[in-house]
Order: sequence, then C-alpha cells, then structure tokens
Amino acid sequence: MALSFFGGVHPNDNKTYARDVAVQEFPEPDIVVIPMSQHIGAPCKPLVKKNDLVKKGQKIGDNQGLCVPVHASVSGKVKSVEAKAHSSGTTMMSVVIENDHLGTLDESIQPRTQEEVDALTPEELINIIREAGIVGMGGASFPTHVKLSGGIGKVDTIIVNAGECEPYITSDDRLCREMPNELISGIKIVMKILGLKEAHIGIEDNKPEAIRSLKANVADSGVIVDVLPAMYPQGAEKQLIQAVTGRQVPSGGLPAAVGCAVFNAATCKAIHDAVYEGMPLIKRIVTVSGDILMEPKNLMVPIGTSYNDLIEACGHSENPYKVLNGGPMMGAAQYDLSVPTIKACNAITVLGKKNKYSVEDSQCIRCGKCIDVCPMRLMPVLMYKALYTGDPEEMKATNMMDCIECGCCAYNCPACVPLVLAFRSGKQRIRDAAAAAAKK
Amino acid sequence: MAQMKYYYELTISSSPHVHSPVTTKTIMRDVLIALAPALIMGVVVFGFRALTVTAVSVLACYIFEKLWCKLMKQDDKTYDLSACVTGVLLAFVCPPTIAYWQIVLGAAFAILLVKMLFGGIGRNIVNPALAGRAFMFSWPVAMSTWVKAGWANQASIFSTADIVTEATPLANMHQGLMPDASLVDMFIGNIGGCIGETSALALLIGFVYLLYRKVISARIPLVYIGTVAVLTFLFPMGNDRITWMAAQLFGGGLMLGAIFMATDYVTSPITKLGQIVYAVGCGALTVLIRYFGGYNEGVSYAILIMNACVVLLDRIGRPVKYGAPKKEAAK
Repeated sequence: MALSFFGGVHPNDNKTYARDVAVQEFPEPDIVVIPMSQHIGAPCKPLVKKNDLVKKGQKIGDNQGLCVPVHASVSGKVKSVEAKAHSSGTTMMSVVIENDHLGTLDESIQPRTQEEVDALTPEELINIIREAGIVGMGGASFPTHVKLSGGIGKVDTIIVNAGECEPYITSDDRLCREMPNELISGIKIVMKILGLKEAHIGIEDNKPEAIRSLKANVADSGVIVDVLPAMYPQGAEKQLIQAVTGRQVPSGGLPAAVGCAVFNAATCKAIHDAVYEGMPLIKRIVTVSGDILMEPKNLMVPIGTSYNDLIEACGHSENPYKVLNGGPMMGAAQYDLSVPTIKACNAITVLGKKNKYSVEDSQCIRCGKCIDVCPMRLMPVLMYKALYTGDPEEMKATNMMDCIECGCCAYNCPACVPLVLAFRSGKQRIRDAAAAAAKK
Repeated sequence: MAQMKYYYELTISSSPHVHSPVTTKTIMRDVLIALAPALIMGVVVFGFRALTVTAVSVLACYIFEKLWCKLMKQDDKTYDLSACVTGVLLAFVCPPTIAYWQIVLGAAFAILLVKMLFGGIGRNIVNPALAGRAFMFSWPVAMSTWVKAGWANQASIFSTADIVTEATPLANMHQGLMPDASLVDMFIGNIGGCIGETSALALLIGFVYLLYRKVISARIPLVYIGTVAVLTFLFPMGNDRITWMAAQLFGGGLMLGAIFMATDYVTSPITKLGQIVYAVGCGALTVLIRYFGGYNEGVSYAILIMNACVVLLDRIGRPVKYGAPKKEAAK
C-alpha cells in the first residue's frame, strides 16, 4: 500500500515543546462557560436557568434534530445564561456556572461492568454516545452518533485518526502513550456498532513512543496500527483515507461514500468513558503550547475553562502575538481570551512576534509551488486569479469548493499571498450566489 | 482570584500562521548566487569590463524600478531583488563591448516597458531581460561584435577601441562550418560571445545549485537542452554528428537560456505537461532559427516566442483533482 496522499508540506513540527510533558489534571476553574453549540448542527436549548444548582455531568442543554447535548463540567450554581464570546469568533448562548468546588456527581453517571457493556445493542450504544454529548474531537465536531448510525452497513473500513500533523499539538500523542487501553477499548465499541472486525489507527512516524504503546496494547483486538510518513496534512480526513485505503472521497461527498468512517483518537477515548464510566464528555486533553510559553503543557481540561486560565498556567516570556484555537496551520486566531475551551479544541497555540510573516500587497510570481503541495490537487494560482474576476461561476470552475483550507499553498507561497483567506471569501461568494439563485 | 488579563494586543489573521522560510526574496537571492560562477568566468574571459557592464545594468534596473514605483505611487518592491536578477541577466546576454548608455537604455526598456507597465513582478508576459536584449538589437553592430576571448584581448573598462574581434562558434556554424574553437574551450567558456553565456561549466554549477535549493525543477532545462541535442544530432552539418551537437549545446547561449531564462517562473507554464511542450518548443525554435534564421543565435527569440504561448500552454495538463468523478478522471 502506498500510504501517501497528494502534495503536502513539511512545516517545522515544533512538537518538542510539549511532547514529553505528561498530561496533568487542570484544577477546576472558579467559573466555567459552557456554549450551547459545540458541534455542527442545531444549537442546544438551555435546560437550566439562573441560580439553578447543577451537578457535575448534568445535562444542561439539548435539542431535537442534528444535535448533541452539553453537560455541566463542574458542580455549582448557574450564574447566568447569556451570549458569550466563542472561539469561532462570534458570540454564542452559554451557561455560566460558578464552581462550588464540591465536585458533586450527577446521579445519572453510573459505571458499567464488562458484562453489562457486552449486553448492549448497537442502538443502545449509539444512544449512550449521543447522551454523552460526543462529537468529533479533532476539530470538525460532527456529532459522532450520527456518523455511527449513518455508517451501519455502509462502512467497511474504520480509521482512527491519530495523525496529528499540525505543528505544536501533542494531545493525541499523549493520549496514545498514556491511555492506549481506553483508546483501544473505545475503538472496539465503534467496531461493534459498525459490525466490523478490524479498525486502522493512522499515526505519523514522528511519534515512535505512541506507536510502540499502541502496538503493545492492540493484542488480538483487530486494531491495526498504520504508521504513516510525517507530512502535513496527514491528519486531514480525506488525505488520511487516501493514505490508509488508497480511496478518494468523491468531490462534495462524505467518507461513507467510499465505505470509510474516520474517528479522532480523542473521540474514541470519550466513547470508552461514556460507555464504561457513564461519564459524558466534560473534559478533554488540550495541548497548550507555543514558542513563547515558559512551560508548554498537555492538560486535562474541564470544558468551559477560559483560554486565559490555561495560558496563564503555562506562563509566557513575552506578550502573545497570536493565540490560536488549534495549531498554526489551520487554527483560528482569537481576539478575546475569555473564550471557553470546547469539545473540539485539541490545542491552544500561543505564538510570539517572530512568527509574523505577512507582506503588504503581495504579488504572485507564478512559481507553481502551490500546485505542487495541494493535497486536493487543485491549482491555487488559478483559483486566486479567478477570484479577481469577481464572477462566482468562474471561481467555481476552478474547483474552489474542493479546497479544504489546509493552508499548504499559503504556507509554501514565496510571495506570501494570503491564499486561504482569499479562498474562504471566494467559497462564501460561491455559496451566496447559489443561495441567491435558489431564491429566484 | 488571579488577575484577569483577557486582552493582549492580539493579532487576528487567517490561517496559516506559520510560513515556509522560502520567499520571493530568498529565491531571487539564490538565482543571483547561481549566476555568480558565470559572472566570474565572464570576468576571467573578458576582463573587468564584464563586471562593470553587469554592475551598470543591475544598478540601472534597480533604479528604474524604484523610480517607477515612486512616480506611479506604487509599493516599492525592489527589496525582492527581482530587478537585480533582470539586471544581471540583461548584462549576461550582451557583448562585453556594449556601451554603457546602450545597456542603460536596454534596462529601461526591460524594467519600465516590459515589467512595470504590465504590473510589476509576476505580471510581465515575456522575460524582461530577453525583451531588453531584443530591443538592444536596434544597435545590431554593437550587439554582434565579439571580442576575442582571453586576458590579452580584454576590452578596457573605459574604451572599446582597438579590440580584436573573432567569429563565435555559432557564427562559424551558421555558415555550415565546424567551429574554430575546441569543445573544451567552449565548455569552459574560453570563446567569444556574450558576458554570461560562454562558460557552460559555470552555468551548470549554477544549475546544480538551483536544483539543490529547489528553486527550479530540472524539467524545462533538460527537455530544452535535450530537444536541441536530438535535433542537431539528427540534422548535423558536416560529418561529425557528435562534435556538431556538442558545439551547438556549448557554443552559444543555450545553457544560459535553458537554465536561467526559460525557467523564469513568470513567463513559463505552470503545469508539468505545459512546461514540457514549452521546453520542446524552445528547443525546436532555437534550432530552426540557428539553421535558417538571418542571425546565428536563436535562444533568446525562441524563448520570447514561447513566452507568448504560455497563456495557452497553461491550459494543458491540468491535474485531476482529488475525488474527481471517474468520467472526468478518465479524460
């Protein structure tokens, strides 16, 4: 098998900052802010109001349709239910909880024995996963129960994404090294639901300890560890599918169209916690790293902890230049550090001034380096040119909608043209034009 | 409670937030480094006038671009060194005896009309240095007077009187004769010709450097040189095919053109297939002009003509995108 995808770049992975720092439990903060939408789909409706007492793990928001519930990550009193800043750059209805530091667990949280788990049907398991509020924890935050129930009978290959190709991020690396049994147990539950005997873990070869740890623990579980060359964007869903199976997800389609379902490693661990411990998704591993942090860390963080608390816990040698939700290739820059950690936040990257590279009025020199690295085999140079025509049809003809915004082209562009920014706006114009056409 | 410091002066911008160390400036710097061996050989063969002509050309290109930006109130981009590359290349395709005022006018044409008028770096249609050379053929005698190679014959920095001229290998071959110079002299560069074109050895050293630094791929130079090799091997004049072919490869401006001019990002195609067709076209036109043209060198016009075809060549060989429907993939 080729184990590779098209294009790709080799940014300095900067993983040494945090890769050898064991996961530490982050002390529960005094205040947590739980946004009502931490997934793709309909936002939750708050189930609590001001001054209500809530317990740790209690469901505090839910809704019908494509939706997963959210839970209180600490016990205490609801301080307010209001719109708060969110890491997507907008504001979001959120439940603010004042921690009483008692850690009172909700009654619904009951561990299950192996026999009880064995007795569960796929439908019951999917329901447990939904009720635990589990979403794709690699960044896309697609509701996991929907992916599972939609995949039954269609999926022939399960791929667990431990690629973690973004620079600085080490949360999945630490997860594989420190909690391989929980991870593999979660993968076995996914295999049971989808009725498959095998699953692949895709992991980059720059994580030898994690690979050893997984290989030592897979035993006869049917889980296969696929070691992939370290290359960005190895952990992008479509590229991972191509590397592991050689299949290409059709343009505009879902992985299920080629019989694949991809789950992030952290998601599998969360599935284990939900099924065996009865624990909903109320905390996750977050890598807090960056070139100006005094002590980069991997932290087990209650959902709703502010970025500010996490960054101050690591200390920084100069004032942050950029704070990113995620890694430096795809992460979103934050302007307000009161934003809470959400389920899909695998890392907070804090960069110093020396990372500044933008140029004023950059001009394409047609070197074609963007074409060489595009993992979707697009031609960014022509897409950028099409943008200047202002014609959505022309933009669409360059396959702009297939762009996954991985940033390889912009990373590699010697003229420093802000290509990803350009394509985001181009895609929006194509969508707007399609919406306007639909109205007519 | 810890002091709340929510707002630093945080910068907001689109991802990615890191960048490869390669920029336009580092690329141009690498090209200048790659051109250095050829300049050294130019000085060795033609004396210090080769250096002063190059310096005047670089300075003129740089100043004209700065001047344009100032007058047109555009962002000054001279820091990217592309004007300097144009300056060196323009000098390299002129004889060492060219008058300083002539090369300054050539630089003005190259930078002002060919490059800046079309929008500056990345937007010119033809290679500025080659267009500058074509313009300078308004003085055909000055552009085709070849000083005899070697230190003893070097032209003075200040005067070009009393120079000893000789026929270049290309001039010999244009008349269907085998060149006077030996192949070794041609390879090392000990022959008459333009400042930067004579030493195939020095240019190949630059080529290896550019490949090592991944500034260019070998595709265009190899296909271009290969096409010329095949055509001259198949259709030799005289009875020694191999020597004829080698003289065609090393005796003129082919190495300089194939390595440094045809590979210019701006004026070469962006698709792999487009680049191959472009390079074959350059090679075929070079041989056609050398064989049947009125002038004995075809490299610069071949590249200029193929530059003009790039907009069409960009349309062929486009990659099939990831996840394209089967039907489209079969096309």
